[in-house]
Amino acid sequence: MLTLVVRRLGLLVVVLFGLSLLLFAWVRALPGDPARALLGEKATPAGIAAINERYGFDQPVWQQYVTYLGRLLRGDFGASINTGQPVVQTFTERFPATIELALAALLLAIAVGIPLGYLAARRRGGWLDHLVVGGSLLGVVVPVFFLAVILKYVLAIELGWFPTSGRQDARIDATHVTNFYVLDGLLTREWDASWDALVHLVLPALALGSIPLAIIVRITRASVLDVLGDDHVRTAQAKGLPRAIISRRHVLRNALLPVSTTLGLQAGALLSGAVLTETVFSINGIGSYLFDAVTQLDYPVLQGFILFIAVVYALVNLVVDVSYGFIDPRVRVS
Amino acid sequence: MSQSQSQSQSQSAVPEQDPSSARPTRRAFTLASVATAGLATLSACAESQRDDGGSGGSGDDGGGRDTFVFGGSADPDSLDPVFASDGETFRVTRQIFEGLVSTEPGTTELAPSLASKWEASDDGLSYTFTLQDGVTFSNGVPFDAAAVVANFERWYDLRGLAQGEDLAYYYRSIFRGFRTNDDPALGESLYAGSTANPDGTVTVNLTRPFAGFLASLTLPAFAMQETGAVEAGGGNGADGSDPRQSAYATSGPVGTGPFTFSAWERGQQVTLKRNDDYWGEKAKVATAVVRVIGDGTARRQALQNGDIDGYDLVAPADVETLESSDFQIQNRPAFNILYLGINQAYAPLGDLKVRQAIAHAIDKEALIGNALPEGTKPATQFMPDNVIGWNEDVTTYEYDVDKAKQLLSEAGQSGIDVPFNYPTGVSRPYMPNPETIYNAINQQLSAAGITTTPVAEQWTPNYLGTVQGTTQHGLHLLGWTGDYNDPDNFIGVFFGAATNEWGFNDPGLFEALADARTVTSESEQESTYQDINEQIMTLLPGIPIASPVPSLAFAPGVEGYTASPVQDEVWNTVSVSDS
Repeated sequence: MLTLVVRRLGLLVVVLFGLSLLLFAWVRALPGDPARALLGEKATPAGIAAINERYGFDQPVWQQYVTYLGRLLRGDFGASINTGQPVVQTFTERFPATIELALAALLLAIAVGIPLGYLAARRRGGWLDHLVVGGSLLGVVVPVFFLAVILKYVLAIELGWFPTSGRQDARIDATHVTNFYVLDGLLTREWDASWDALVHLVLPALALGSIPLAIIVRITRASVLDVLGDDHVRTAQAKGLPRAIISRRHVLRNALLPVSTTLGLQAGALLSGAVLTETVFSINGIGSYLFDAVTQLDYPVLQGFILFIAVVYALVNLVVDVSYGFIDPRVRVS
Repeated sequence: MSQSQSQSQSQSAVPEQDPSSARPTRRAFTLASVATAGLATLSACAESQRDDGGSGGSGDDGGGRDTFVFGGSADPDSLDPVFASDGETFRVTRQIFEGLVSTEPGTTELAPSLASKWEASDDGLSYTFTLQDGVTFSNGVPFDAAAVVANFERWYDLRGLAQGEDLAYYYRSIFRGFRTNDDPALGESLYAGSTANPDGTVTVNLTRPFAGFLASLTLPAFAMQETGAVEAGGGNGADGSDPRQSAYATSGPVGTGPFTFSAWERGQQVTLKRNDDYWGEKAKVATAVVRVIGDGTARRQALQNGDIDGYDLVAPADVETLESSDFQIQNRPAFNILYLGINQAYAPLGDLKVRQAIAHAIDKEALIGNALPEGTKPATQFMPDNVIGWNEDVTTYEYDVDKAKQLLSEAGQSGIDVPFNYPTGVSRPYMPNPETIYNAINQQLSAAGITTTPVAEQWTPNYLGTVQGTTQHGLHLLGWTGDYNDPDNFIGVFFGAATNEWGFNDPGLFEALADARTVTSESEQESTYQDINEQIMTLLPGIPIASPVPSLAFAPGVEGYTASPVQDEVWNTVSVSDS
């Protein structure tokens, strides 16, 4: 297991190195000039030159890359051209919003998806099964963006049950420690702040969770159906083991393996879906920030954020692979 | 693929025999205890920073709420107004800072602010301000004559990047130069120096008279800041960095206003706290928040949902919806102008008769009824009627299709075909829906035999680039919102020099406008600009169309908000109650 982790981490370093090179070339291939984007249409040549010198854009590109890589190795991701804030600082301020949303969506998808998929499989051909199969198809085909707008319109604007935008009521004086607002409220015992942040999460999480939910339901259902027909389940039933034990230990545990693989792959879809959901619900996560960074040609932010996201994505998939070991001990041995 | 994989794995699986069913439970228990301990440790170092008594959800003093939440469309650029020219920045800084002079609420009339009175010398070259007593900046530093001098000197001394068009925009356009000009386009500064007098007053000297000087001081860009804090926070960009990114401009602005800065969560909100030591009428709410919601529809929905208490630039189509469900709509007195621009460099448009034909072909009343908010007035000249120098008797061109046709044939044009540029996907205070306005004008023009070829472009960067940066356009839609009550801020901006937008060269007009800048009294300004307005409307470089009324919307419980034509809206008088 340890070798697996070490090997994967080593591979990650190589991937990141390649990615940094690609990103560097890519952001510089974007049309436009970052100094002009910062100083506006009427910028003077002197002003442009000052900015270019300050950020090293006046040097040959290969030299810029070497400097960039050198800083990167020392953990220095630079500062945003647009706001002057260090990229790492902005990331720690913005990313929690996106992660909080993605986690809420994922938890929702797991908490609802696995039992639903399991029940559908156990009552194959019943009304629940039909409902689940049909509903999950709908969940996959309806775009996140559209669902978000509909949810917001019906549940927030028409019924007024949920807020329409943001992460927390502007009237709540909340202390922010980790920038995970729900967690922050718990840590500081500002229960109202935590609850409010949770209420703000419901609609975005429902919208974003729709796709992983649909996929989890389908995979769980298929996988459980698969396992139910297996010899070991029949043996367990023949032994007279209680139904609950068969379900938990012999069916679910085996059936969850493909589900957990799916979860890892969903991480990427969740991150990109979060960007759309953030737009609909005016959440200040990384989505809106990256969008601004592209329009403003904020090279350090683009390079830094995308690298971070790549790291997160790779780590999530590593965690998923390691989790196989817990679900299926045979993986640990091999 | 993962599905078939699992199948083969589970087929060969030997069901795990777990002898001790207690094991996972014990493991779970250990995990839970570790998690609890961890949370407790973290929580021990995460103290709530709330004030005693809390200022959460809703206050309880007499049913009033202690937080006012306003929906803004974007983050401020920075918190230092000297380096800003956009409404979202000023919306925030107007609460934190005050200028020497401000406007009477709801009008463009000058009103005392940090200066209780002022006097101009006869030659218009020096202004002496008497300051309010007992005013301190929010960091405790007294506001006095020396502080005023320090502010004027600070602006005058800006160097490098800070002098740029995108940064010290208003200083450049009003004062026209710095102590040391780093941009060759700049000239001698209007500012000559200032002195703190022994009697506590302050005198500001100018190098040449400028009629709009006092009015321009109402601009939020010229608000008084605590220059000690500016310096300490790197707010002048002395090291060659962008001063908008300094610690001062992002987290430490210090002014004398009714609110003080509390927090700025980028992309989310700016939070302001009541300044309990404010010298004037103290704010009714303890906290004011500008919440960033980029999309106009989302702002309306946030208001309907109660997430915010008010927002600006309500879409004309939303006004009725909101009013019918008990939301308050406030119309901001129009201080803008929408016009149909004509490029005289484009073949037949250089002919005065053709331009007159276009003017007679347009039915402004019908256009307003079709495409502009209720309460909008048609325009007769290139400024709204509340600006100094507006001419009641200016030459007008009434709607008359036959006359338009006749003028065209007199010009030897039986029917003309010109490109018509208009922007898409944008809403400006003077032009809420360009597409609708284009359609209405186009129909009216074609009825008079003037055919147009539509050229629709994105607002930024294409549209302005085409109509202001190139000569390749015929007719176009554009407008302007005034910053302060000075005619030069309207017609001086449009017709002060030869431009690609209008495509004509009239040295007589340019000179008249340059001279008008230097008259010293308001009455002289009045008559001078009335003459110039007549001159412009005879030349007919374009067709002024209307001054559309921008609207604000508020929740039923909001009181005390006075909409200002120049957006000089300070929230100390605002109260919010549940209703």
